[in-house]
Amino acid sequence: MAKPQHPTPMLDELESGPWPSFVTGLKRLANDKDYMVDLMGQLETSYRTRKGYWKGGTVGVFGYGGGVIPRFTELKDEKGAPVFPDAAEFHTLRVQPPAGMHYNTAVLRKMADIWEEHGSGLIAFHGQSGDIMFQGAKTNKVQDAFDALNELGFDLGGAGPAVRTSMSCVGASRCEQSCYDESRAHRQVLNNFLDDIHRPALPYKFKFKFSGCPNDCMNSIQRSDMAVIGTWRDNMRTDEGLARKWFAKHGMNELVNDVIARCPTKTILLKEIKDVATGPKISSVAISDTHALEIDNSNCVRCMHCVNVMTGALAKGVDTGASILIGGKRTLKIGDLMGTVIVPFMPLKTDEDYDALVELGQKVIDFFAENALEHERTGEMIERIGLVNFLEGIGIDIDANMVATPRTNPYVRADGWDDEVARINAKKQAA
Amino acid sequence: MAQRTPIESGVPDNKPYMHPTMLKNYGNWRYHDRPRPGVLHHVSHSGDEIWTVRAGTQRQMDVYTIRKLCDIGDTFADGHVRFTIRSNIEFMVADEKKVAPLIEALSSNGFPVGGTGNSVSMIAHTQGWLHCDIPGTDASGAVKALMDDLYEEFIKEDMPNRVHLSTSCCEINCGGQADIAIIVQHTKPPKINHDLVANACERPAVVARCPVAAIRPALVNGKPSLEIDEKKCMCCGACYPPCPPMQINDPEYTKLAIWVGGKNSNARSKPTFMKMVASGIPNNPPRWPEVSAIVKKILYTYKEDARSWERVSDWVERIGWPRFFEKCDLPFTKYLIDDWRGSRASLNASTHIRF
Repeated sequence: MAKPQHPTPMLDELESGPWPSFVTGLKRLANDKDYMVDLMGQLETSYRTRKGYWKGGTVGVFGYGGGVIPRFTELKDEKGAPVFPDAAEFHTLRVQPPAGMHYNTAVLRKMADIWEEHGSGLIAFHGQSGDIMFQGAKTNKVQDAFDALNELGFDLGGAGPAVRTSMSCVGASRCEQSCYDESRAHRQVLNNFLDDIHRPALPYKFKFKFSGCPNDCMNSIQRSDMAVIGTWRDNMRTDEGLARKWFAKHGMNELVNDVIARCPTKTILLKEIKDVATGPKISSVAISDTHALEIDNSNCVRCMHCVNVMTGALAKGVDTGASILIGGKRTLKIGDLMGTVIVPFMPLKTDEDYDALVELGQKVIDFFAENALEHERTGEMIERIGLVNFLEGIGIDIDANMVATPRTNPYVRADGWDDEVARINAKKQAA
Repeated sequence: MAQRTPIESGVPDNKPYMHPTMLKNYGNWRYHDRPRPGVLHHVSHSGDEIWTVRAGTQRQMDVYTIRKLCDIGDTFADGHVRFTIRSNIEFMVADEKKVAPLIEALSSNGFPVGGTGNSVSMIAHTQGWLHCDIPGTDASGAVKALMDDLYEEFIKEDMPNRVHLSTSCCEINCGGQADIAIIVQHTKPPKINHDLVANACERPAVVARCPVAAIRPALVNGKPSLEIDEKKCMCCGACYPPCPPMQINDPEYTKLAIWVGGKNSNARSKPTFMKMVASGIPNNPPRWPEVSAIVKKILYTYKEDARSWERVSDWVERIGWPRFFEKCDLPFTKYLIDDWRGSRASLNASTHIRF
C-alpha cells in the first residue's frame, strides 16, 4: 500500500467516458507506489496551472551516451524542495521495438515485470519515433532497468543528435502490398549504425523509416531523413476471380467513380473486352463477361489507389524494391520538408541488394556528419547546398525523377552545358 | 563495482514474436477484406488465412492494463500481438471461430474494437505535461477527451476514407502530419529570466536557432544574456528547448491551433502537408471542449460532404478552401495567409474561383 493519493479533481474528469483512461491506470499504479502518488500530484498541478514542470539533465547507462530521457521536477516550494519529492526524478528509457512491432504475451509480461520492479509501471507502446517508452524511473534504478531489458534481448534507442530508433510497417508478415522485406531492411540498416544510435555525435538527429509500399503507413516521407518506400517496376498483376467478385459486389458506379476516375494519371480505362489492348506494358483483367480494366503500366505512378480499392484483383508487380527519398522533417527551423527522390528504384531481393541499401545509408550519414551545420537536418542541409552538390557528394547521378519540374528561373551559370551533355551521352553509350 | 557492459543488440529479431501463420506466409499474402469494423482478414497465396482484431488503447499503459491484454491474448487469441503506429493493439488468430469471443473479451474489458478502414483511428500523440520538458499542453488528456467523443467513429467505418488525427504539445509537432491535427500555437514572445541565461544557455546556439533572427546577445543588468526583437518574433518557441530561461509557455497566451489536410500516402494525389485553419483556441484542461468542438465540426462536415475514398485533403482540393471555411463555419483570417519563405506558391495564381 502506498501513501494516500493527492486530490486530483481535474484528472478525475478523465476517468469517465468510453475510451480507455490513462488516469485510471495511473491511479492503479499509485495504489502501490508512492512514486506514482506524487507523479499524479505533479500532473494535477500542471492541469491546474497549465504549466509543465520537468527539466532535462544528464542520466544514462554505462557504455552509452544516449537513450535515456532524464526528467527532474522543477515544481519546488519556496525553500527549493520538491513539492512532490517521491516523483522528483521521472526518467524515460527509450527501447527499440522489433520491426513491425510484433510481440508475444510472454515478452510483454516480462517487460511489465521489469518495469514494475525498477520503474513506475507505466509503459507507452509506442513513442512517435517508434520506441517502447518505459516512462518513469529514478536515477539509481535506470541502470538496473536497462540491464534487465537488455538481458531480455532489447536495446536502447536514439536520443539527441544521433541516428534514431526506426519503424517499419507490418509489411511482408501480413500485407499483400509489401514490396520488400521491411523487417530485414529495418534491422539490417539500423544495426549497422548502433554506434551512431548509442553515442550521439552527429550534427542533429537522423531518422530512417521503412514502408513496404507507397501507402507509406510509417509516414516516412514526412518524418524521416531517409525514407525507404516499397514499389515495383514491372506490370501490375491481376486476378480475374477477385476482379469479377469485386465488381459483382460493388457495381459499375463504384468502379467508375471510385477506381477509374480517381487514377491520378488516367492510365486505367474501362473497355469492352473485345477492345482491350495488348502489349508489353499493358495489364488487363475482365470484371464481367463484357467489360475489362486496361492499365497502361508505363504511365502508372504506383500511387496504390486502385490496388487499395480492389485488393487482390489488382496487385503490385513482382520486380519489386524501393524508392529512396531523403530529407523529410517537420517545421523547425526552416519549415516543413518532404523527403525527395534520390533513388527512383532500388531492387531489394538479394543479400547484395540489402547490403547496397546499408551502404547508401552509410554514405548519406557520412556526408551529413561532414557537411551539416549544428542542429541542421539533412533536408535543411540539402536546401542550403542544393540537391546537385549533395548528389555529387554521395556519388549518385541525377535523374529527372528527382524533380517535380525543371527550374523556373534563369539564375544558373550554365557554361558547362556542352560538357555535361557530352558526359551524359558518353555514359549512355557505355551502358 | 564492475559495470556491466551493454549488449549492443539493436533492433531485435521479430521472428520469435511473430504469429506462426504470419511467419509461414511471410511475403506471400494475396488479398484482404474486412468482415466487420475492427477485423482484418488476410488470405495467403498458400490458402492460409489469418484474422486480426484491432483494439484501441490509452497508449500510456500501466502494467495491469498490459497484463490484462496479455490475459486476453492467451485465453482468446494465439498469444501473439502487435501494435500499430497509432498505438492500437492487434491480436492475430488463425481460426475464424476465435474472432467473436476475442471481440467480446476486448469489449467487455473496455478496449474498443475498431480503428480499421474508413474509421477515425486513435490519435497519434506526444507526451505533454506527463513527461516532456517543453510542453505547452498535455497530450494524453486531450486525446482521451476527444476519443471519448469520437468513440463511435472508431468502432464504425462510416467515414468517406480513413481519418488520421494527431496532437502536439509544441510547434515542433512530434504528433506529426494528419488529416486533422491539434497543435500548440504560442501567441506571445518568451519571457526571459536574465539571471539564468548565462549559466543555462549556450548563447550563440540559441541565436542560431531562431528562424527569423530575432534573438541577439545582450548585457542585461550587467549579466550576459539574450534579448528578443519582439516585432520580429513570431512566437514559435524554437529558443525554449536550448534555453529554458526563455519561457515560451504561458497559461493564458499558449493557445491551440487546428490544421487539416496532411496525407502521407501517395494514393491518388502526391503526399500533402497539413494547413492551419483555426487558431486562438484556449488551452483548457481537463477536457479541452473548445478544441473538440472545432475538430468535430470539421470531421462531421467532411463526413457529410466528401465523396467515398476522399481523404480530407482530397475533399478540400475538390471543393476549394473558401468553401471549406464556409462549410466548417470557420473564420478565414489574415493569419492563415502564409508569409514564410516560399509562401507565394500558396497564393491563388489563377482565376480559378468558385462562386
